[in-house]
Amino acid sequence: MIQRVNLKVNGQDHQLDIPARRLLVDCLRYELGLTGTKEGCSVGICGACTVLIDGEMAASCITLAAAVDGAEITTIEGLAGEDGRLHPVQQAFIDHGGFQCGICTPGQVMAAKALLDQNPSPTEDEIRDWMMGNLCRCTGYYGILDSVVKAAEASETSRGANASNNAQ
Amino acid sequence: MIDFEFHSPTTLEEAFDLLEQYGEDARVIAGGTALVLQMKQRFAQPGHVIGLRKIPGLNSIAIEAMGSNGDTGSVRIGALCTQRSIEYSEIIGQKLPLVAETFRRVATPRIRSMATIGGGLVHGDPNQDPPPTLIALGASAVLTSSRGQRVVPVAELFLDYFETDLRPGEILTSVVVPQAPPGSGAAYLKFLPRTADDYATVSVAAVVTAGEDNMCRDVRIVLGSVGVTPVHASDAEDSLRGRPLNEENIRACAAMVSDLVDPLDDYRGSAAYKREMAQVFTRRAIQQAMAAMSPEKNKD
Ligand SMILES: Cc1cc2nc3c(=O)[nH]c(=O)nc-3n(C[C@H](O)[C@H](O)[C@H](O)COP(=O)(O)OP(=O)(O)OC[C@H]3O[C@@H](n4cnc5c(N)ncnc54)[C@H](O)[C@@H]3O)c2cc1C
Ligand code: FES
Ligand code: FES
Repeated sequence: MIQRVNLKVNGQDHQLDIPARRLLVDCLRYELGLTGTKEGCSVGICGACTVLIDGEMAASCITLAAAVDGAEITTIEGLAGEDGRLHPVQQAFIDHGGFQCGICTPGQVMAAKALLDQNPSPTEDEIRDWMMGNLCRCTGYYGILDSVVKAAEASETSRGANASNNAQ
Repeated sequence: MIDFEFHSPTTLEEAFDLLEQYGEDARVIAGGTALVLQMKQRFAQPGHVIGLRKIPGLNSIAIEAMGSNGDTGSVRIGALCTQRSIEYSEIIGQKLPLVAETFRRVATPRIRSMATIGGGLVHGDPNQDPPPTLIALGASAVLTSSRGQRVVPVAELFLDYFETDLRPGEILTSVVVPQAPPGSGAAYLKFLPRTADDYATVSVAAVVTAGEDNMCRDVRIVLGSVGVTPVHASDAEDSLRGRPLNEENIRACAAMVSDLVDPLDDYRGSAAYKREMAQVFTRRAIQQAMAAMSPEKNKD
């Protein structure tokens, strides 16, 4: 059955008339053309489809779009600033070998962003624990771990710089 | 997935009306982590799916009045609380550390951000982590319908494989979990020989209360992944209650568990292996629960 669903995706409001059975991952990719979100396992295990729903990380492959009517969704396309500047997590993945083939990367980056939003200075163990549900066949994970560590450090430095700018 | 209609009631009354109207053809959905998978695989094919997300008041965590003896209380957890919100709740961390620890063992942080305590219980999967702990602590599920409320011990909620005592028209609205009695220690062990995000091969929750002279005043032992429902090992408990908590008695108690469980052969291990592991992990859970008995912890 076709139903009206309202979603705010990356800050933009969308009013969609879609079948009730439409999964969020398909809605993002096909209705909205946001193909950055990938689908891997389709059963909630691999993390390729990770997006943020009202700030919490979620598997869009097992989420009905209709079930999150009215929610704010953030996808990989929503991370860079308006001037095109990459989010510190994205930059860190490029600078520190966080990906090879790239299929898992949007999910890894979204999971890492969710972590740093809630815990800006995680320990390595906390990062490993948080990211355990984002699988990668290529990197062996060390590059990913390193990228998240460096992203946290970079955010800290920029926060520090902002604080001292504000103080001046 | 077959086609269906999605409903988003904003009050419980509205949800009850929808359940009444569509009967067997309706299913409620909370986090959706179990139901959407079942719908994808066509194990579930509801014509009407009723979302609970927009009903306010189902996701709070609050301390209930103290128990009759004045020193332990309970915590009421709203059915829509996500597993992650329970894991991180300050109230849960203080009053029910075993519950926080148990929810932390479920799946991955992403699934825990979506899945709810109510959805997990009604799903009725005997391989889940929370049920053994909730049963060992003596938790109850509050089932609400247009006809009123039933309070069912979580131990009695599970009837069979993926089958619960939830009756037509009912919605699980909260779970009430008593604090462990003073002088007790608790542990939840999840045996994971494969990967950290897997379901348990065998899991055990144990709550041990010691009396004078290291006597076992009370003990609760509940196992997961070893039968069609969580298994409450009451015969094994009886063998330890009233006896000294020494190595010999603990071993004897744990040995009884092998005969109380009825595991399946699957890719996590043969039934015989799981029987053996049920015994080993019960012994360890009792020992760990005893090690967790610190007088400091039991003060509040
Ligand atoms: C990849 C993956 C890994 C997992 N690993 C683990 C694990 O390691 N350990 C573990 O314990 N669990 C695990 N799970 C299972 C998970 O805990 C359950 O899927 C989850 O708890 C279900 O909660 P939900 O809110 O998503 O329920 P839903 O999917 O929304 O609903 C589940 C069922 O409950 C019913 N329902 C939901 N809420 C209510 C309510 N309030 N009243 C009445 N009926 C209701 C629905 O109709 C449905 O039948 C895993 C799941 C996935 C997808
Ligand atoms: S595609 Fe969603 S978790 Fe794998
Ligand atoms: S970079 Fe290829 S799967 Fe992760």
